[in-house]
Amino acid sequence: MSTGVMARPRGAHATASGSRRRQGRDRGRVLRLYVPLGLYLLFTVVPFYWMLVFALRPSGSTTPVPWPITFEHFTTVWNDIGYAMFFRNSVIVGVWSLLATTVLAVMGGYALSRFRFRGRSLFMVVLLCTQFIPGAMLLIPLFSIFKSLGLINSLGSLILADTVFNLPLSIILMSGFITAVPYSVEEAAMVDGCTRLRAFLAVVLPQLRPGLIAVGSFAFIHTWNNFLFALMFVSRQDSFTIPVGLSYTIGEYSADFGALAAGGVVAAVPVVCVFAVIQRYLVHGISAGAVKG
Amino acid sequence: MATLRRRAVPYLLISPTVVLIAAFLVYPIGSVAYYSLQNRNLTRPWADGFAGLDNFRRMLFEDELFWQSLAFTAKWVVTEIGLQLLLGLVLALIVNESFIGRGLARSLVFSPWAVSGVLTTGIWILLYTPQTGVLRFLGQPETAVLGNLDTVFPAVVVAELWRGVPFFAILLLAGLQGIPGELYEAAAVDGAGRIRRFRHVTLPHLRDAIVLATLLRSVWEFNNVDLLYTLTGGGPAQVTTTLPLYVAQRAVDSKDFGYGSALTMAGFVILLFFSILYLRLSRFGEER
Repeated sequence: MSTGVMARPRGAHATASGSRRRQGRDRGRVLRLYVPLGLYLLFTVVPFYWMLVFALRPSGSTTPVPWPITFEHFTTVWNDIGYAMFFRNSVIVGVWSLLATTVLAVMGGYALSRFRFRGRSLFMVVLLCTQFIPGAMLLIPLFSIFKSLGLINSLGSLILADTVFNLPLSIILMSGFITAVPYSVEEAAMVDGCTRLRAFLAVVLPQLRPGLIAVGSFAFIHTWNNFLFALMFVSRQDSFTIPVGLSYTIGEYSADFGALAAGGVVAAVPVVCVFAVIQRYLVHGISAGAVKG
Repeated sequence: MATLRRRAVPYLLISPTVVLIAAFLVYPIGSVAYYSLQNRNLTRPWADGFAGLDNFRRMLFEDELFWQSLAFTAKWVVTEIGLQLLLGLVLALIVNESFIGRGLARSLVFSPWAVSGVLTTGIWILLYTPQTGVLRFLGQPETAVLGNLDTVFPAVVVAELWRGVPFFAILLLAGLQGIPGELYEAAAVDGAGRIRRFRHVTLPHLRDAIVLATLLRSVWEFNNVDLLYTLTGGGPAQVTTTLPLYVAQRAVDSKDFGYGSALTMAGFVILLFFSILYLRLSRFGEER
């Protein structure tokens, strides 16, 4: 009874001031959402923009807008400093490491997701523990190993080392993706006479596309960006990868900002493109796999 | 026979990974432990041999740079993780709202995540160099922020934030998307305002994601060498040298592997100790 009486004036009040309140809410939304987002976007984008400006305007120009546009810095870094070679090396290392990581991650992830075997939890613990192993601090023993394997100055050392450091997280992520594919579908295929491998290839693999994309690009970006291994295991300039080449540019061409910026653009373009494609898989993949553990 | 084969399947599947991890992660750690008790310097091979605890004695009692780098490592990790968590959380909450252009905004603010430490260095050198940088426009002409003892720390912190915040935001956004919408509705029906909904619904649900993100990132920032190695080289006057950077410099520049291994062991022990302590204190994964 009394609540009914109370409710009516309150409701009437609300409709009377509805538009004013909505206006206030809009202003609140701008302050809460767009202002901080805009500020953060500036913080993110201005550094990229600054690099582009330096890469595209002629040396000596100080305009904040790169006009007239010149590509002289790109020809300098690509042909004279050797970015064509660095780029090729980085692509070789990145693609091989991507392939090896993805194949091994599918195998390991499948074992973790579909089988309950002895040593499974130990394997999980080892994978998680590896996340605490600093690559920078294993430089010394890894150098010795690669030296005895005759892999110093070869891209093989980088492919191996990067794959090993990519693998643990990739397996954990991949097992999350595989678990999300219902086992019953696979079982049905096996009942129909498929081998496990055929069933996997025909039924599971097509549904794993987001997982393959997420894990593969994660491995590629990580490998493309790795600096210390390449710095330590490769000292011949014709085996430099992009990050080493870039650090060399920073050191040797410190006055030539155009070259530095153009080298930076060359280094950034592949990963930023890959990233733009995978960004939504990434968030989804983490909520599907890693956080759940 | 068939059952035996079926039992072998998971082991066959993980065997390449096990071999790789054993050969390139476990064995190296063992050999670091071994080298740390040896004199081993690639530039002075004639002096190699058993050293006992000499390397550790030298580290603890004679090497001021070890203690200095340790102190800087702590300052670096705590500052970076605190700020990255704060900004990452705010950013994740913002891009979790629905608004026009959200997809593009997400791609843009997350993109520095994909950029390497060396590239971050390249970009921020352009921004920080007095003749070329953006600080000119902020009324700070002709100061070399990276060469100045007072400004070098905030300068490297900002550069690393630029690259580090997106990872936090990505992990926390994934956590936010796992919170059922009904909980917010129920809280709103109960009359909870925005701040109370954040405190009583969002934060408890993000707990594990926050603990995981801070731990992973702390380890990562601890180990992160690329940026400092290329941006400041640990300088000026070694004030931005972290322990792993110190080890890497030892390994790359002076090839003193015995002493470098002793430093590495110290790094392992510290990392292990704080990781376990952190997981215990935060009661990660416990039912509440």
